[in-house]
Amino acid sequence: MSETTAAIRAEALESLLTERGLLSAEDVDAVITRYNERVGPMNGARVVARAWRDGDFKARLLADGSAAIAEFAFEGGQIDKLVVVENTQQVHNVVVCTLCSCYPWAVLGLPPKWYKDPAYRSRIVREPRKVLKEFGTEIPREKKIRVWDSSAEVRYMVLPVQPQAWQGLAEAELARRVSRDSMIGVTVLDDV
Amino acid sequence: MMSEPQNLPLADELQPPMANGEVLFAEPWQGRVFGMAITLHEAGVFTWPDFQAELIKVIAGWDADHQEVEGETDEYRYYEHFQTALHQVLSNQGVVSVEALAERSDSFARRPHGHDHH
Repeated sequence: MSETTAAIRAEALESLLTERGLLSAEDVDAVITRYNERVGPMNGARVVARAWRDGDFKARLLADGSAAIAEFAFEGGQIDKLVVVENTQQVHNVVVCTLCSCYPWAVLGLPPKWYKDPAYRSRIVREPRKVLKEFGTEIPREKKIRVWDSSAEVRYMVLPVQPQAWQGLAEAELARRVSRDSMIGVTVLDDV
Repeated sequence: MMSEPQNLPLADELQPPMANGEVLFAEPWQGRVFGMAITLHEAGVFTWPDFQAELIKVIAGWDADHQEVEGETDEYRYYEHFQTALHQVLSNQGVVSVEALAERSDSFARRPHGHDHH
């Protein structure tokens, strides 16, 4: 299907839905603005930073991700069953959705293009160490890699290891340094 | 109107090609399709699992027809699948029929040059 056809079909659908009173152009604009401006990995980064600074919060987060982050009241959805998996010295976690690119929008925003590519979806399961290396992430042989495949309702987010050099930083400062890719698990956070 | 692509505060943390501050939608129609799906879902027109089930079917069909070739994933069109799934769920719900959409699309496609938005 060409881009033009898809664009025309989108316009046709919007006109039909508008005529039926099901939505307005402003509704659609508002959703786009919401995801462009307010829903994104900066929200997940705040969660990670708080978990690093607050042991009680971290325990609650790992026990029930959805309940623990309810207090943030993030927009964006797709976190009704959020499971947060913790990277440790023994285990590195990485997230994929092999079926349809599910992703926890409220904490990470919309997924990057590579996350949706068939290559990532199939290869990260088959050869995670090799794929991570292509992201510049060398996982030591002795460390186990766990790949979490999102299912119908469950969404995953990685709690990265906090670099030693970041000890003592304030929560807001930490949040500014946490990258999206570290919360998907394709990168680790560097000490610098 | 589309908003300008955001510059995430995290952008300086990352390196290409896995940049963080990506444009959410490569083409405006993708944003419209996404925005329509979210609006309708939030209005209760369909449940997300219903939509997701259609999306899984569409993507599985595409994956089956396209053997993975190293370095040739650029033609992958997630939002086309998203759009197809949206059409399917709306058709299932009796909201917009396949015929009505085809008819309106044809009529828009026949507009004289200079009128359309491309």
